[in-house]
Parts: sequence; C-alpha cells; structure tokens
Amino acid sequence: MSRTRQIGVVLMLVAALVATGCNRRKPVTPQPAPGPTGTTTPQPPAVTNAPPAPPVRVDDALPVPPQPLSEDNVANRSLDDLNRESPLKPVFFGLDSADLDDIGRAAALANADVLKRYSTWVVTVEGHCDERGTAEYNLALGERRATAVKTYLTSLGISPDRVRIVSYGKEFPFNPGHTEDAWSQNRRGHFVITSR
Amino acid sequence: MNNYARIRTRLRQTRSWHAGVLSLGAAAIVAAVVIAAPQQQPPAQTPQQPSDVSLVINGDPGTKPRYAVPDFVALSPEAAEAAKTIAQVLWDDLNFEQEFYMIPRDTYSSVPAARRAEDVAFAAWRELGADAVFFGTVQQQGGKSTVQIRLMNVRTRQTVFAKEYFNATNPRAYAHTIADEIHQQQRNLRGVARTKLAFVSDRNRDSLANTVEKREVKEIYVADYDGENQRRITVSRQLNLTPSWSADGRALAYTAFRPLPDIVVSFIYQGLLQNPTKGQGTNYVPVFSPDGTRIAFMSGRDGNPEIYAINVDGSNLRRLTNHPAGDGTPTWSPNGTQIAFVSDRTGTPQIYLMGADGSNVRRITMNESWADQPTWSTSVNEIAYAGRTGSGYDIKIYDIASSQARQITFGEGSNERPAFAPNGRHLAFASTRAGGTQIFTVGRDGKDLRQITRTGNNQMPAWSN
Repeated sequence: MSRTRQIGVVLMLVAALVATGCNRRKPVTPQPAPGPTGTTTPQPPAVTNAPPAPPVRVDDALPVPPQPLSEDNVANRSLDDLNRESPLKPVFFGLDSADLDDIGRAAALANADVLKRYSTWVVTVEGHCDERGTAEYNLALGERRATAVKTYLTSLGISPDRVRIVSYGKEFPFNPGHTEDAWSQNRRGHFVITSR
Repeated sequence: MNNYARIRTRLRQTRSWHAGVLSLGAAAIVAAVVIAAPQQQPPAQTPQQPSDVSLVINGDPGTKPRYAVPDFVALSPEAAEAAKTIAQVLWDDLNFEQEFYMIPRDTYSSVPAARRAEDVAFAAWRELGADAVFFGTVQQQGGKSTVQIRLMNVRTRQTVFAKEYFNATNPRAYAHTIADEIHQQQRNLRGVARTKLAFVSDRNRDSLANTVEKREVKEIYVADYDGENQRRITVSRQLNLTPSWSADGRALAYTAFRPLPDIVVSFIYQGLLQNPTKGQGTNYVPVFSPDGTRIAFMSGRDGNPEIYAINVDGSNLRRLTNHPAGDGTPTWSPNGTQIAFVSDRTGTPQIYLMGADGSNVRRITMNESWADQPTWSTSVNEIAYAGRTGSGYDIKIYDIASSQARQITFGEGSNERPAFAPNGRHLAFASTRAGGTQIFTVGRDGKDLRQITRTGNNQMPAWSN
C-alpha cells in the first residue's frame, strides 16, 4: 500500500467516525461525536503517524458456511436452512448512521451478485439499530438503513420488486450484550430470503 | 360529568360485547341513581343557615380535607370480600390525585363500625381528625351486586353525596366510578380512576414464527390505571408496538408487523380490526387525533421516513413532512391544529412543531443532545418527552407558554416514552430501574412513583382518556 493510499485510508476512517456524529448531508467537519459512552471521539487527521487500528469487523454474527454454496447445496436447502447459513451477508452501519461505508457497499455488492445468480429470490432487508437510541427514533433509523441498502441494490440492477424492507428499530438485537462489540453487530441491514 | 354519562350510556349499550367478546370486566359497567343529597338532617347542636349548607367538604383552613374510607357493610355474607375491596380501592383512587389527605385505613380500629348510616360514629371520626367519611353497603345476589354509598361531612353530619350503583362484575369498577364522581363533585377534578393503560409486553415469551433467529413476540396489553386487570389485546404472535388510544377509549391504533409494519386499529370491545393504511409501504407509530377521526403516523412509502395523516377509514391520506432527514413520532395538540414530531434534520433527534397541515415547522428543544417520544397533554399545554441524560434517557416536560423544560426522572435506570394521564396530573413511562423494562406512573411533580407491571418486559405505555 502506498503512502498516499495509507493517508487516504486514514482520512476515510476519520471521516467515517466523524460522520457518525453530525449531519450526514453536511460536509464532514470534525465535531465531537455525541454518544453516551464517548468511545468514538474522533482524532484530528494525523497524517504523519501510523494509521489507527481499523475498527474490528464483526462478521461472525452468523456462522460462515464452511464451503461456498454450490448450486445443488442451495437448491436442496429449506428457506430456514438458507437463512440460517445465509449466502447474503449483513450490511453493518456506524453509530446513528444510515449511510453505507465501503465495507457495507462491498457486502451489499456481494449480496447483489448472489441475487443475480438466483434471480427468483425475493428478500426482505431488515433495518436494525443498537439499543442506545430511543425506540421510536430507531424505527425511523432502521427504516433509513433498510432503504439505503435497497437503494444501493437497485442501483446495482436488482429489481426493487425483489427487495422488501422493514425496520425493527432496537426491538430484535442480534447480540443481547451492552458493549461496543454487541452494538456494532446490532446496527445492520439484515437479509432474509423470503421466497425463491 | 357529561362525559362520564355518555361513556356510561355507551357501555350499557354494548354490554354484551364486553362480556362476550373480550370480557374486559373492569370496564365500569355501572349505572348510578341519585338517591338524595343531602339526605340527613343536620344535627340540632350545629344549626346552620341555608346559605352555609355546602356539598363541598373542606378541611381546616390551609389543609386538605381529611377523608376516611372504612370497609363497606356487606349486606349478605358473599358480599364480604367486595365490601372490603371497594373500600380499599376507593381509598387508593382518592389518594392517587392527592386532593385529600387520606387517613390510613389501619387506624380506624378506634371507631365503632356502623351497620347503618344512622349509626356512623361521627364523634369518633372527628376524634380521628376526619372531615369526611364514607358509608357504603354491598348487596350481592345471584352474582350481581348493588352498591350504595354516602359521603358524609363529619362536622355537620350531612350526607353530601349519595348514590346507588349496580351491574358491575368487578368490585374495583364500583370503586373507580365512585372515586371519579367524588373528585368531580368535591374538587371539580376529572379523575382518572376509570382510565386504562395500554402497553407492549413480551411476557408470554412466545417466539416469532418464520425466522431463524430467536425473536420474542411482543403483544399489546391493557390494564386499569393502577395496573390491575392486565389483559392481552393482540393475539397475532408478531411484533406489535406503539399503542395509541382513541379519544373515546374504545379503540387502539398500533404498529403491527404482519410481518411488514402497518397501522392497525383495534376496536377492543367489539373485537374488530381495521387497517387504514392497507399495506401501502411501511407504516409505523400511529397516533389518534383528539377528535378521533384521523391518525398521524410515520411511513417510508416515499423512500424516507416522513409523517402522514389519514382518516381512520383509510381515506384522505396527506403527507405532512418533506425533508431528507427522518421525521417521525408525531403527537397532536389538544385541539388537533398542531402536531409535534421528531426530526434529526440538525443531526440529532429534536422535537419540532408544525401545523396539522405540515405548515410552519419550528424546533422547540434547544438544549437536548437527543429528544424523542413527544406526547402532548390533552389538558395542560405541555409536551412530555424523553431526553438523553448520560447513557440513558429521562422524562422531561416542556411548557409551551414559557418554552422551559423541567425534568421528572433523574437517572434511575433509563426512562422512555412518557404518556400523560388525561387530566395531566400524572405520567406513565417505561423504565429500566427495577430490572428489565417496566411501566411506572409518576406525578407531574416527579413524586408518587408507582410500578405498574412486573411480568416480562413492558414498554411504550399509552394512557386512555
């Protein structure tokens, strides 16, 4: 990775952190991010130091199938089994954000490829939030998260008829814990295959 | 009183529905007949001019009137339990509004019990400091009971209130009706003893079908204002959230996930469901307008959470907000001309006002890092909401005239979703202070906290008129 790219990554990470605390439609400016735990305090863009450790991705919320699903493998499974070891990965979000970051876009892109391969599948994208916001606000935030995922899938050529959305707010956390780790797993656009 | 009379009439008309369909037995199916008031002759030793005769019992100057509620007299053996229950619940109901000093019921042993109204030991009650004492009888025959009560002025020995009630199956309903009528007559106060709380509960621990995750069903429940008579209303075995009462207390609107979120109106005494939004897009957080004709709600139908209003019958849909941020959680002003709602258009959720047609949007919370769940009192010009304090939320009340907010809870657990009692003197809310999430009520001064639920997790209370 070239030095320029490293700096670029640092700036992106900082921008992502900052974006959690301010209006996502405004130009990004470093402001203190609110948040009850104060764990996402952004640093000024420190271009001379080594990049901070990237945020830990949490990809093990659903067990990863040991092997790529073959056509037969998928064809033989029930919907429940498919959803239990889903080829469609969740799209995770930052605190109080409904914007797809690069990692989220990559996950959605991979899901779009799966949906192109299985062109009869209909999915529901569930918007979920961590427990720190109020219940009603989180219904709106989850709705925006699910909408953001659907909009991106549509831009990749997936028919909007194949993607339904629902917001569950903070009502159905995947991880019942009360830690940063749990919260990051619970801020997601979750894919459920509803018919095939 | 007119209001109550109307409700009573309605309840009588639809009595068979109560019993047959949902058997919400606590509904005050009570008819009242004025016997006579005043009924007793003032005693000779305290002659009064007619102009001095008042039906309102006062306490000593500067103090609340002191009330005593001894056990009612059971006129038949099977009425004994009801006679005790009615007196205790009446005492609790009158104590709730803090208009009277209620003399504790375990201090009455010095007063000889009266079997007849003529035998009430006024001197002994006076000794105990009582200004007012109840005398009540309960007759039970063939599962039906008749209750007669008198409220007596201990000083003048006059009966200032006398009525007969019949037809209720639950003794508590008699007490609630009597309490509301006493508050009305003595203090010109609309009591809330016959009101109900709706809320969301996961207590039955059912799991959702058709999902590979372990997800617990949440259903809507209804309880009396004091937490008694908790009954399940929805039976969909799905997620059901954000109940809102119709003004007449006969319907609940809520967010029903079927499995996609939609607005359902449940006429709880008829067992009838309506679906004004008919599955058009995703619809959440319905709130009845004060006149009961419209429902404001949040929908993502146009690609972003916005506020809409629709007639209960599904006609006359109107979009009220139009902003790329998320707008939600509406609440109507008491006269229905304004709507308060929540928007994160400045980056954090804040409370805004607008006309009921969406005009003239303006922000009202200026000093909160997070404000949500506004609820407009129907009787006082105040909006209660949940504001972030530290890692959780506390209940605050915004006074519209002064633009000032005051805090009601102070960091004991996280406190969300305030709901005003119809007379504005208490609020219900959900709190984590006692383990899990439970419903509490509290006075608008932050005092007199009462825990309403204890089973499972309970959230999102709504207080009926």
